[in-house]
Amino acid sequence: MKKIIVYQDAGEFAENKDVAKRWREEIILPELAKNKEVEVDFINVTGVTQSFVHALLAEAIRRYGDSAFDNLIFSNANGVVREIIRTVYHYMQESLGDAEENKL
Amino acid sequence: MELYLSTSDYLRNFDRFIGGLSFADPQKLHIASHPKWINVHPAVLAFTATLALTVGREHVEFDDFTASSAHYLDRMGLFNFTKNKSPYQIAHNEPAGKFIPLTIIKNSTDQSQFITDMIPLLHLPPEKTDPIKYTIGELVRNVLEHSYSSSGAVVAAQYYKKTNTVRIGICDNGIGIRQSMNKFWHPKDDIDAIKLALMPGISGTTHREGGTEDNAGAGLYFIKSIAQVARNYFLIYSGSAIYKLLLHDKRIKNARLHPDPNDEKHSERNNAPDFHGTLVAIDITLDSDARDFEKLMGDIRESYTLAVRERKKLKYREPRFA
Repeated sequence: MKKIIVYQDAGEFAENKDVAKRWREEIILPELAKNKEVEVDFINVTGVTQSFVHALLAEAIRRYGDSAFDNLIFSNANGVVREIIRTVYHYMQESLGDAEENKL
Repeated sequence: MELYLSTSDYLRNFDRFIGGLSFADPQKLHIASHPKWINVHPAVLAFTATLALTVGREHVEFDDFTASSAHYLDRMGLFNFTKNKSPYQIAHNEPAGKFIPLTIIKNSTDQSQFITDMIPLLHLPPEKTDPIKYTIGELVRNVLEHSYSSSGAVVAAQYYKKTNTVRIGICDNGIGIRQSMNKFWHPKDDIDAIKLALMPGISGTTHREGGTEDNAGAGLYFIKSIAQVARNYFLIYSGSAIYKLLLHDKRIKNARLHPDPNDEKHSERNNAPDFHGTLVAIDITLDSDARDFEKLMGDIRESYTLAVRERKKLKYREPRFA
């Protein structure tokens, strides 16, 4: 299982979307394509922005749906980080149908 | 261009500041001020510096500052944006500041460094700083991604002990919100564009619910919600429109979040001098702790998800009954 340690490149307050995009493209999407698990470790991270989490996870949820929910694991996330991850999970699930509509 | 720095250019009185603003001669900027006292929100300074960047410092001039408090402009770095040097001599290494002077951020590396560096400048305990980092992180990112500003984002902030509040201003001279939203949403005017940008799940980068892989259309809604719950002012000025979130009744303990900015207690106008760019200003009270911020994020999640669901319902196809 591959592991992303958020603090290493994004610091204690994770807001740099360029870093999130790189992890998405280089680790998350390729691993989910192989149906493999990815751990995102928030150790030493005090906060994140919604934009950062969206850039990290939204495309994985849109592309892989249930498989993404099964294979993405979040560790050491504090309360605020958990709420923001939940926010992205919830609105992306609300919009999954809309994504399919747009493909037609 | 002309502007006037007065005795109380705070968000509550922002219309008065707008009243002294003119874009009649776009080639130069003239800064006038109250002769006895100057008291300005950092957003006014960020706005002034942005106009100075637009015309070039060689074309910025100011009247003699006679107000005793005008040295504040020096502390905040305004004279770095003007042709004439500062008339004040202040030791800039004094530690008692609790302010972030005018700073230009041009890329995400600058931004990350700025967010790391800014908290020590405000001399605040770490548990109080999440909303500030969150707000500046999202607003600066908006400028870098959507404004197409050649000058980047201009940021300034100040802590006020009496009200235990940090006041923040972020400004750019980019394409403005209306043009940014126009590709997919076609707002009818500037105020309509600002309100669209404040709606959760509406992004200038796509028509699609949930946004693109990089943008959700959530940033401004989160920031407005942070201000609303803490009973603080929040203001956006772009084009000829100004949307200002007003304070809700003090007796309301658990303020409800409204996805539609029309449902908030607010003021709006669509006849301000036409500003080619975007100014966002917010006051953040620091009375809450990390647990409050966590609860706020949970409340935003619920209201956001509900708003997306309700908007989706509007697209439902109905059965054909004979």
